[in-house]
Amino acid sequence: MLFKMAWRNIWRNRRRTFITAASILFAVLFASFMDSLQRGAWDNMINNVVNYYFGYVQVHQDGYWEEQSIDKAFPLADSLEQVGAVEGVEAVLPRLESFALAAAGETTSGVLVAGILPDVENRMTDLENRLVEGEYLTEGDEAVLVASGVAEKLGLALGDTLVLISQGYRGVNAAGKYPIRGIAKFGSPDLNKQMVYLPLQAAQYFYGAPGLATSLALKLGGQEDIKPVVAALRTQLDTSAYEVMDWEELLPDLVQARELDTAGNVIVYFILYMIIAFGIFGTILMMSKEREYEFGVLISIGLQRWQLALSVWIEVILLGVLGAVSGILLSMPIVCYFKVNPIRFGGEMASSLEKFGFEPIFPATFDLQIFLTQALYVFILTAVLALYPIFKIRKLQPVQAMRG
Amino acid sequence: MAVITTKGVEKVYNPDKIPVKALKGVDLEIEAGEFTAIVGPSGSGKTTLLNIIGGLDRPTAGYVEVGGEDISQMSDNVLIDFRKQHIGFVFQAYNLIPVLTARENVEFVMLLQNRSKTERHARADELLKAVGLEDKVHKRPAELSGGQQQRVAVARALAPKPTFILADEPTANLDSESTANLLDIMARLNQEEGVTFVFSTHDQRVIDRARRVVTLVDGRVDEDLRR
Ligand SMILES: Nc1ncnc2c1ncn2[C@@H]1O[C@H](COP(=O)(O)OP(=O)(O)OP(=O)(O)O)[C@@H](O)[C@H]1O
Ligand SMILES: [Mg+2]
Repeated sequence: MLFKMAWRNIWRNRRRTFITAASILFAVLFASFMDSLQRGAWDNMINNVVNYYFGYVQVHQDGYWEEQSIDKAFPLADSLEQVGAVEGVEAVLPRLESFALAAAGETTSGVLVAGILPDVENRMTDLENRLVEGEYLTEGDEAVLVASGVAEKLGLALGDTLVLISQGYRGVNAAGKYPIRGIAKFGSPDLNKQMVYLPLQAAQYFYGAPGLATSLALKLGGQEDIKPVVAALRTQLDTSAYEVMDWEELLPDLVQARELDTAGNVIVYFILYMIIAFGIFGTILMMSKEREYEFGVLISIGLQRWQLALSVWIEVILLGVLGAVSGILLSMPIVCYFKVNPIRFGGEMASSLEKFGFEPIFPATFDLQIFLTQALYVFILTAVLALYPIFKIRKLQPVQAMRG
Repeated sequence: MAVITTKGVEKVYNPDKIPVKALKGVDLEIEAGEFTAIVGPSGSGKTTLLNIIGGLDRPTAGYVEVGGEDISQMSDNVLIDFRKQHIGFVFQAYNLIPVLTARENVEFVMLLQNRSKTERHARADELLKAVGLEDKVHKRPAELSGGQQQRVAVARALAPKPTFILADEPTANLDSESTANLLDIMARLNQEEGVTFVFSTHDQRVIDRARRVVTLVDGRVDEDLRR
């Protein structure tokens, strides 16, 4: 009965209901659309950055990421198969990474030497496509692939010999001479200044660490696989010996950048919903004023205040739900459209993205969570605003209400 | 037996600012089944008295007993339930809930009393027939004339078989034909259902129909005639 009254009351002043619901609809539409686009942009960005080198998840010997020391290398053989068998893992990229001094004649430069399995590496990072000169590595080669920045700094060209000096596994001396087989260009200046790739075997020999790796980078199907894969690995692997880290732990700076960017949105949404709140409040105010006499009659004839308040509360919530649901229903196809037909950037933005090797497209992310969040905001908003008539009804004296 | 007893009822509005003494000691007994008009000049305190008898307002001094219970001591929420169980109200206008049909309006108080659906329907249809609106059962108040709305209001007040019905100028907004019609219905239902009616009015034709006329002047009972 109370619900029936609430429902019918909504349709009493259709125009006002439409205007109020439309304002909520607009807010939900705008917010969920913007949110989906932004989430999409970030998902795309993270996907690019993560697959560029690090992978969504890495496995190391416990404590490696903190120290980044080659002494924390672990035997590859047994762990590799186990990790590769986990559902959601598309490829396992074993690497032996450590810093070394690269020299050519009188010039030297600090570099990051990464021992890789060339074929496997390519499946995630698409390294071969970054080649600007020469050829890609093959397993068993005794040759290096260097970033163009490294070659430039040392004044080396394709076919020249690069000298690497470092401290190897457990303090052994590491030194080697390798012909430059290929030169690759990285959009990220950091990587371009310091990357030197060796086939894994050659690297293990160089560092005196046969059969060892410092990390396993995992290629996953997508972001949604991260949680289950991490969880599975943490139960399957001996966590006192291994650490399993997702990209958020590996790249806290990226997480921070995203948070900084999305924090701005909170303010935008806040302002947006404040404006909407004023609209809804106006409606509630008019509605309470108009119905004062009616409220007086209802309490006179025996309706308890809480029953009346409940009915009005339901009415306001229904109004919110009406706006939110229609907003969501309208934004879903729009978001879907931009997921399938991503926004393509042009101009400077595009060329700088392309320089990094990223496609300048921004597909929207379709995530129910986004819509539900907006619906939750509207629900909280209307539930709070609906306290006003409840408060009024609590104090309402029928005789005064009916005197007009 | 007295259904309503008022003893020394006084009412002062605005006691702190400019006090208005609306009632200055009203002693009244209304017997079961009476058909009583409260009359008097404008500002004499008719509405104030009816509100206090109906438990919508509280006396400044004195007390009101309904069926032997002192309602002036009841808390707000207890009073609401008391009204729901014992008192039917007909106001001057806009009695009905606009979003409910005539039948739903008549059933409303019975619904609050948790009466069964069959009982509610039967009673509502019976009463709507008694007030001559059996063909308007599913109409909303906005689709009814003022006189028809007041008839629905009378039916609503009667539906839960209250101890008595209070009507403050129920005919004030009606033309003479509707007034006569409403009075016929009220008088008949007073007879048939034996329900006690107390109403206020300015209208001489309405006064003529009453079987007891209590005249208020300046907040006091000036005259109390039975016929
Ligand atoms: N809420 C109030 N605050 C202050 N004074 C009031 C209030 N209600 C009524 N009064 C005053 O109390 C007196 C009695 O008013 P009441 O409404 O009971 O008279 P009435 O007989 O019903 O008049 P009418 O025939 O015009 O309806 C009047 O002087 C009126 O101005
Ligand atoms: Mg009056």
